[in-house]
Amino acid sequence: MKYLCLVYMEADNLHAVPDRECMACGDGLRERGVLVAAEALQPIETATTVRVRNGRVSITDGPFAETKEQLAGFYLIEAADLNEAIAVASKIPPARAGSIEVRPVRQLHPDIGI
Amino acid sequence: MEATDALRDKVSAVYVAESRRVLATLIRVLGDFDVAEEAMHDAFRAALEQWPRDGVPANPRAWLVSAGRFKAIDGLRRRARFDQLDEAGPRAEIAVVDEHAWADDESVDDDRLRLIFTCCHPALASDAQVALTLREVCGLTTEEIAQAFLTPAPTLAQRIVRAKAKIRDARIPYQVPSAAELPARLDTVLRVIYLVFNEGYAASSGARVTRHDLSAEAIRLGRLLVDLLPQPEALGLLGLMLLHESRRAARSSPSGDLILLEDQDRSLWNRDQIAEGIRMVERALATRAAPYAIQGAIAAVHAGSANAAATDWEEIVGLYDVLLQIDRSPVVELNRAVALAMRDGPEAGLAIVDTLLAAGELSDYRFAHAARADLCRRLGRRDAARVSYKRALALTRQAPERRFLERRIAELDAPPRSPAGDV
Repeated sequence: MKYLCLVYMEADNLHAVPDRECMACGDGLRERGVLVAAEALQPIETATTVRVRNGRVSITDGPFAETKEQLAGFYLIEAADLNEAIAVASKIPPARAGSIEVRPVRQLHPDIGI
Repeated sequence: MEATDALRDKVSAVYVAESRRVLATLIRVLGDFDVAEEAMHDAFRAALEQWPRDGVPANPRAWLVSAGRFKAIDGLRRRARFDQLDEAGPRAEIAVVDEHAWADDESVDDDRLRLIFTCCHPALASDAQVALTLREVCGLTTEEIAQAFLTPAPTLAQRIVRAKAKIRDARIPYQVPSAAELPARLDTVLRVIYLVFNEGYAASSGARVTRHDLSAEAIRLGRLLVDLLPQPEALGLLGLMLLHESRRAARSSPSGDLILLEDQDRSLWNRDQIAEGIRMVERALATRAAPYAIQGAIAAVHAGSANAAATDWEEIVGLYDVLLQIDRSPVVELNRAVALAMRDGPEAGLAIVDTLLAAGELSDYRFAHAARADLCRRLGRRDAARVSYKRALALTRQAPERRFLERRIAELDAPPRSPAGDV
């Protein structure tokens, strides 16, 4: 069984926990063979929402807006830039009915955070 | 060394003519908006120091790009604490300038297009696209943009900073879209240009009907886009903007009041802009019926009519029908209903406007209520007209439009000599 552990932080307190602590946690889980994938994300301002309606791709700034929508899954993809990421996201089937939030991952850095 | 006045003027002229091209290329070469902007300013500073001594280079643009690139790389190395470079002293000058490396016009044009498409990337918020385009492509200052949009300068500055951060952090590529992506991406660029134009032409708020600077800037952008990418959609938009702009002098009275199309003194319309606008629309339509070109064709029918009564409303309704087939939107349906009322009478127009308002999408659109009010007024239904004028008034933030609507309401309360109004 795999479990997705979602990390939530207040927008103005994103670095309340030092990156090096998260790095150590990831290393520990990886050594125990528990970790499948872990990434930190860039802040919500970098989010782009991709939807496909009637076969047409629509791209908007920001995270998904429909409050009735809930997080239903995730794909961690490799892409050269946002255009490539949008092209991949627009082929993810739920893009036709819901929305895909595309958010760049952030490289953890031992000097970031308190 | 002091730059002479003549040389200072020369550098200023080069700045006006070339700074946007230099910036567009530097963004590609350096991969970052802020680094490129700083590098460009450093390059012009270097020009002021070196051109008086060495003469103006044969290709100032290529010189400036080389200089900017050198300064930026030098700066980055310094920041990375390369000690041996620090010893070169703070006034390191450009050692080698390859004047041909960035001189060819084709790649410079591509850079300008890259800049436009990046600033108008759909992953940026619409107001950020507008601000960034005016800042980076047109070279307006943050203060100028803030003033034009009646937005506090810090708000606007933050919008630009955020947009640049998203370009960097989400890695929006500095690219002209591929052929497959181009139509949708060009739509976004055209929407940004038309938004700038409309804000200048029918400002959504404020004391005056029009803000000429923004319209002129939008037309300049439209011309640039047509030069770089002569697609029918771009030609159609430029034609449409020119045809609207041609009416500017007739659109408001000396006291700043709004004058409707049917009441305008058409001898004030700018014939040169009309001729150029029609040429652009015809060029666009020769390839395909792009929506902006059809709207331009509608404006051209007005431009060729002596007055409202002599206008070929049949032709205009027909053009709206074509437009609806390509681009069905409630606003287009509303405009068609107004033209239909001119052709078939207000009753026929009102039936459509009421259906549109009942559907709900236009309930906050001030022109829908103003159109309904006008049709009711023509039909002598004063109470219904008053309700709709008041609804439009509540949605209007622009002073001349408010005065116009208030005047109409006052006329309903105390009808002028002709009880039938101006049907």
